[in-house]
Amino acid sequence: MKVGIRTRELRKVYHSPAPFAAGAGGLVAGALGRKRQPRPQIVALDGLSLEVLPGEIFGLLGPNGAGKSTTAGILTTRVRPTGGRAWIGEHDVWREQVAVKRLIGVVAQRPNLDFSLTAFEILAFHGAYFGQPTAERTERAKTLLDRFKLRDRADQLVRGFSGGMMQRLSIARAMVHDPQVLFLDEPSAGLDPQTRLLLWEIIREYNQRGKTVLLTTHNMEEADALCQRLAIIDYGRSIALGTPRELKASVPGGFVLRLRFGQYSDCLLQRFKTLTGVREVRTTENNGADLYADRGGSLIPEIASLASAARIELCDVHISEPSLENLFLHHTGRSLRES
Amino acid sequence: MSHKAFVAMLARDAWVARRNFIPLILQTFLQPLMFVFVFGRVMVSSGFMPPEYKSLLLPGIMALSMVSAGIWSVAMPLIAEFQFTHEIEDRLLAPINISWLAVEKVVAGMLQALAAGLTVIPAGWILLRPGVELSLETPVAFVLVAVLVSLFSAAGGLALGCTVGQAQVGLMFSLVLAPMIFFGCAYYPWSALANFPILQKLVLLNPMVYASEGLRGTLAPQFPHLSLLAVVAGLAFFNVLLLVVGLRQFHRKAID
Repeated sequence: MKVGIRTRELRKVYHSPAPFAAGAGGLVAGALGRKRQPRPQIVALDGLSLEVLPGEIFGLLGPNGAGKSTTAGILTTRVRPTGGRAWIGEHDVWREQVAVKRLIGVVAQRPNLDFSLTAFEILAFHGAYFGQPTAERTERAKTLLDRFKLRDRADQLVRGFSGGMMQRLSIARAMVHDPQVLFLDEPSAGLDPQTRLLLWEIIREYNQRGKTVLLTTHNMEEADALCQRLAIIDYGRSIALGTPRELKASVPGGFVLRLRFGQYSDCLLQRFKTLTGVREVRTTENNGADLYADRGGSLIPEIASLASAARIELCDVHISEPSLENLFLHHTGRSLRES
Repeated sequence: MSHKAFVAMLARDAWVARRNFIPLILQTFLQPLMFVFVFGRVMVSSGFMPPEYKSLLLPGIMALSMVSAGIWSVAMPLIAEFQFTHEIEDRLLAPINISWLAVEKVVAGMLQALAAGLTVIPAGWILLRPGVELSLETPVAFVLVAVLVSLFSAAGGLALGCTVGQAQVGLMFSLVLAPMIFFGCAYYPWSALANFPILQKLVLLNPMVYASEGLRGTLAPQFPHLSLLAVVAGLAFFNVLLLVVGLRQFHRKAID
């Protein structure tokens, strides 16, 4: 039975600073009887509607603070939505929490392992919470420790583990009860390249068994390599949706040339539009311009000679090949890396 | 409710308690037993205290040990697990309503409080004998009071553990626990406050008073004590209050 995910007009407003990775517990405000100040409102999600098909790897791509972790938090029952609804399969996430929790496995952005237990115990107790008999959960824990290359650390308390090992163990734990839907919040943050490849392989393998995977990332290479479909999120809204190929193809031309000049000249920018292959020219801050074009480096001599003819210095040039980064830039005017 | 998840969470807490057995024992018994030795033995044998004080002190020490054990075993892990690492999340995501996790913490705390209370009596008796006169004339009343005291300690641990942050643990001891213990009638009967009429009324707001007086009334009824009815009513009231506040705070901590 493959299980999909739906959200309708999901909205979340935090009345205090949004918790890191939308899951942290801090002080309970007002607990010591402080007088209540007017509290700041932070809109983390602003009417997000999504549909993740059963059995696909779906990515939420966006900069930090875009609302990805809040979305994952709501879908995994850890964050209360301010408005809108969400479903895992046929179950309403907020009203049928126990049924939803049976279907999902969750890897949070930060390792949230049980520090009082060893690696093996963490996996075995997780199986026990989901009602697995002793023999089954022991077997499952051993298999996963092998798969994630943690066998030799099985009987050690996790307090002394490196970040990468904790992350691997968190992912193994989310798989113990073989959930239909796997949530991974920034799964490869802090992983070395080798472990990242292992993780990607494991995620693909899991998906091939008919499981749905939802991952959040701000890493475009990861989104491109792993996801069958993507939603690009910014300021709590979905600004683009499709397969990585479709999304990349939706950028005019595909290539982006980011230019910066000594001074601003509208006349010069108008001339760029006449160059062969240039689809769109946008002015940016600091006398800059973004050229969307269907070729990259071969445009540079023509740009340089037009600038030189207009006696304007060309200070900086950056060429990006067709990528999701360009898509984000096209939609928001900001680079994903900068935001 | 999935009873398997509940039992598994209880087993997890038992497992962790077993791993921390020695520190847990020292933390629970060292201070009360030192108190028993100094006040029940040194002060009595040197004549500064009358010999009857031994029997008056021991039920109070039992109340004190139970209350500290319950509060400590529920509040401290909760404070740690809700902090930055959010260790508790694995259990919040178990297929069970999250209120049951709070209930599980309370049950685990009650068991630890009862174990502490039932151990401190023989340990104190060995330290103090001869001359300790405890009697168990109404075992049913004793069991009822002991269970209510353990529930008070664990529910108090839940309410404190979900309200106080790591940075305020020291403050919790000096502002909440220390006054509760010193004005909790553990070291003296409530009637001894007769010379301080306002204080005597005020301490009735302290649930620890009902714990000490209840155990004193059922174990050493020869001393003046609050009536069983007052003790049961007082403990029941504070237990309900602390459970309601504790569950509410637990939800606030668990869900953003």
